[in-house]
Amino acid sequence: MTQRDDPAPDGMPKLLCRNLWKIFGQNGAATLEALGPEAAPAQFAARGHVPAVRRVDLAVNTGEIFVIMGLSGSGKSTLVRCLSRLIEPSAGEIWFNGRNLLTASESEMRELRRHKMGMVFQHFALLPHMTVLQNVAFPLEVQGIARADREAKAREMVSLVGLGGREDAYPRQLSGGQQQRVGIARSLAADPELWFLDEPFSALDPLIRREMQDEFLRLQSVLKKTIVFITHDFDEAIRLADQIAIMKDGLVVQSGTPEEIVLHPATDYVAEFTRAVPRAKVVRVASVMRDATGPTPAAQVAATAKVADVAAQFLTEDSVCVLDAEGEICGHLHRADVVSLMLGG
Amino acid sequence: MRGLIPWVVAVLAFWAFTRFGATLAPWAFDWPRAAILPAARWITAFTKWLLNEAHFGLFTFQDLTRAISAVIGAPYRVVTGLLSEGFAGLPPLPWIAVIGLAGLLGHRAGGWPLALLVSGCFLFIAVFGKWTSAMITLASILIAVPIGVAGGLALGLAAYRWQIFARAITPVLDLMQTIPVFAYLVPILILFGFGPVAAVIATVIYAMPPMTRITLLALRRVPDELRDLGHMIGCNRQQMTWRVMIPAAKEGLMVGVNQVIMLSLNMVIIASMIGAGGLGFDVLAALRRLDFGAGLEAGFAIVALAIALDRVSQALAHERPQALPRHVYLKAGLATIALAAVLALILPAAQTYPAGAQLSTGTFWGEVVKWININYFDTLEAIKNALLINLLIPFKRFLIALPWAGVALLLAFCGWRLGGWRLAALSGGLVVAIAATGLWEEAMTTVYLCGISVAIAMLIGLPIGIAAAEKDSLWRGVRLAIDTLQTLPSFVYLMPAVMLFRVGDFTAMIAVVAYAIAPAIRYTALGLQGVDPRLIEAGRAMGCTRWQILTRIKLRLALPEIMLGLNQTIMFALSMLVITALVGTRDLGQEVYIALTKANPGRGLVAGLCVAFIAIIADRLISASAARARQKLGLGT
Repeated sequence: MTQRDDPAPDGMPKLLCRNLWKIFGQNGAATLEALGPEAAPAQFAARGHVPAVRRVDLAVNTGEIFVIMGLSGSGKSTLVRCLSRLIEPSAGEIWFNGRNLLTASESEMRELRRHKMGMVFQHFALLPHMTVLQNVAFPLEVQGIARADREAKAREMVSLVGLGGREDAYPRQLSGGQQQRVGIARSLAADPELWFLDEPFSALDPLIRREMQDEFLRLQSVLKKTIVFITHDFDEAIRLADQIAIMKDGLVVQSGTPEEIVLHPATDYVAEFTRAVPRAKVVRVASVMRDATGPTPAAQVAATAKVADVAAQFLTEDSVCVLDAEGEICGHLHRADVVSLMLGG
Repeated sequence: MRGLIPWVVAVLAFWAFTRFGATLAPWAFDWPRAAILPAARWITAFTKWLLNEAHFGLFTFQDLTRAISAVIGAPYRVVTGLLSEGFAGLPPLPWIAVIGLAGLLGHRAGGWPLALLVSGCFLFIAVFGKWTSAMITLASILIAVPIGVAGGLALGLAAYRWQIFARAITPVLDLMQTIPVFAYLVPILILFGFGPVAAVIATVIYAMPPMTRITLLALRRVPDELRDLGHMIGCNRQQMTWRVMIPAAKEGLMVGVNQVIMLSLNMVIIASMIGAGGLGFDVLAALRRLDFGAGLEAGFAIVALAIALDRVSQALAHERPQALPRHVYLKAGLATIALAAVLALILPAAQTYPAGAQLSTGTFWGEVVKWININYFDTLEAIKNALLINLLIPFKRFLIALPWAGVALLLAFCGWRLGGWRLAALSGGLVVAIAATGLWEEAMTTVYLCGISVAIAMLIGLPIGIAAAEKDSLWRGVRLAIDTLQTLPSFVYLMPAVMLFRVGDFTAMIAVVAYAIAPAIRYTALGLQGVDPRLIEAGRAMGCTRWQILTRIKLRLALPEIMLGLNQTIMFALSMLVITALVGTRDLGQEVYIALTKANPGRGLVAGLCVAFIAIIADRLISASAARARQKLGLGT
């Protein structure tokens, strides 16, 4: 834990993958070479192969929540396992902190996973024969850290996720939400830089899911990890993401900020998801403001705020001032634009 | 209906061949004597060569077997010393100490109820005067089980890690589980000599395949996510195996341990034939002098031991959070031993259960049998003779008269229709192999006894299974009964059958039916209970009567499961059939038994392989048709 926060080389994202492929079946890489990157999935299927991930490019910046969203069978789980090399990709490059993971040896990979990566699983993956504390301390135990040290760290993590007092419970004695809190605590125990969450809340009830999302955002505001988050729930993606990549049949069909995706869906498939999303909850003030002309309104809002969050101001005002990051006025936001966005959305 | 035409044609052709083929092609009925494979002689010669000449450079094969004997013999002597003989001038553990320890183990595994049950079982053994024999049997088990578990675990882990190994070992496991145990008693007898060590080796060989299989299955069932977790937190190989996979698979593995214990118990009894001594020897000796009372008493002691071991090992599979910490049990155990030892110095009755206080029911049972024979001899004899003359003997004659070539073709045809040309080649090929050994008549006798027993077991088991599936309270009782029946070593089934019907095919059939009925009931009930309740609801909504729901919906959908039950029933029947050689059948089992008494490894193994072939043919054909039925019903595979 001494060398944490290796900076990514200048101008490079924390995690970058280029032209990544995963073909399931015997000798997938050779088949990919034989058929070429433009081959249709049916051509792979004809040879008994399944192209699960196809020419994926991603860039995840430090401290960012990058959400990969797709329905079941879209390849998102395979992709996240390729990123940590739990599954060996068939072709492509994965750069982490400026180092190509696909050239790392098994022992180098093990060290990276021990110290730099953490993962949360859909079905929690808690070991049934261990208590909460032992589960959370397990990654440290594997590293050979002394019992007192690892248990102190584990206790800290357990209370961080709000389970203080349940350290000696067994997983089967906990509710689903509590079990996933243990999973989260465990994934954070080794203080990773890169945090993978594979559909962490999918197995939970809707109400608990919402609560866990809030908890997750709270944790991230404190921890500032670089996050790859997998989900099949578009609303969850919109809610949590700084960046979203939408997958279908192994391809990334669109990637961008939630706002870009909602305002400009690239394909009909993406539009299908965005249709029901209230625009005002995604669109930032800066995107609908006009030039600052005429008299300066008294009320002020930030350019990065979501429109829905400032809408209440228009109960009394006709227009408000928009301030940029430096606090300078960069435009005006008018009631008519807000109303049309909210009603149109 | 069109699918039936090939079947009808095939059966007609078979019938015509059987009826009229004898003059055209006599070789198809009796395998030519000159062409019989002298496989038995080859195997015997090979064993002799192994024993007398085989060399591995530095040491001979005999050195190897002696080394194995020594490695197993040393701990065996320690355990028998502790339990029954005493060593280094010290007496063995007093019987009260053993009962106390058993109670402690029961308490650790399942609290007070289990503690009472387990010590009760041991007390029963002491009271009925079977203590010394039971301790010898227990010692063999205590040695065989850890070896069997460790070996099975190691093989299972290897098969899990290397696909190639898994593929190589599967057919061997199949064969090991279908070859009757008697068959490999002979080579072991030749290689390791007569005595308890040879018995332990036979037991380990018998109990290891299921452990291997269950280990592999349990490891494969560990959720992918847990495996991913292990990799994500950077486990190395040892950590992955011992810290993640094995703990996660623990529940399944404990089922395997339970299996090993129960199979070991079963085998230790059978292995009394090659010198294991103990309870098995008591039963065997009683059978030989037709002393039913003594045999039954030893049988009861076996049952008590089986129940105690079974319940403890099952309870250990489940974590008991309220159990006291381990060191408490350790201290309590040591205290028990010390206390019992002191007490034994003062009071001899605490050391050995006083002979004067022993109960014997032996004469009582002898009287019962006498009474039954005086009063009901004619009735029983009439039933037996009627069935023999009208059913058993005609069926036997019919089967023995069948031409091997016709049977091979017919079974190959079944294999082809059910599973393609591979299954056809397997079924036909194995029939030819059986014929080629010259044991066709014995094999057909086995088929006849097995067939009749399975038919009767299914005829009784199906209705019970159906009734049990309909009524929960009934199912609870039935399940307890068949669970208990299945923990009994197969030897035990022989005693009551022999008591009532003396020796012969009919007695064998009764014993086989009693042993093989459990899977028939279990699979039927489970299959019916597993039918999707929504479909039954749909049936009710359409206004079906209970009978219609049963025949039109439940039985149709449960068919694949019931077929698996049939498969299991056949396997059980075959394994029991070999043991019934003791009561004078004239089938392959007898062939194996004779080989055992004459210490002829080739003859025993060849006959054993023939039984295995029959089992494999039945298993593959039924599994294939069950798979087809599942496919047709869209239940997936």
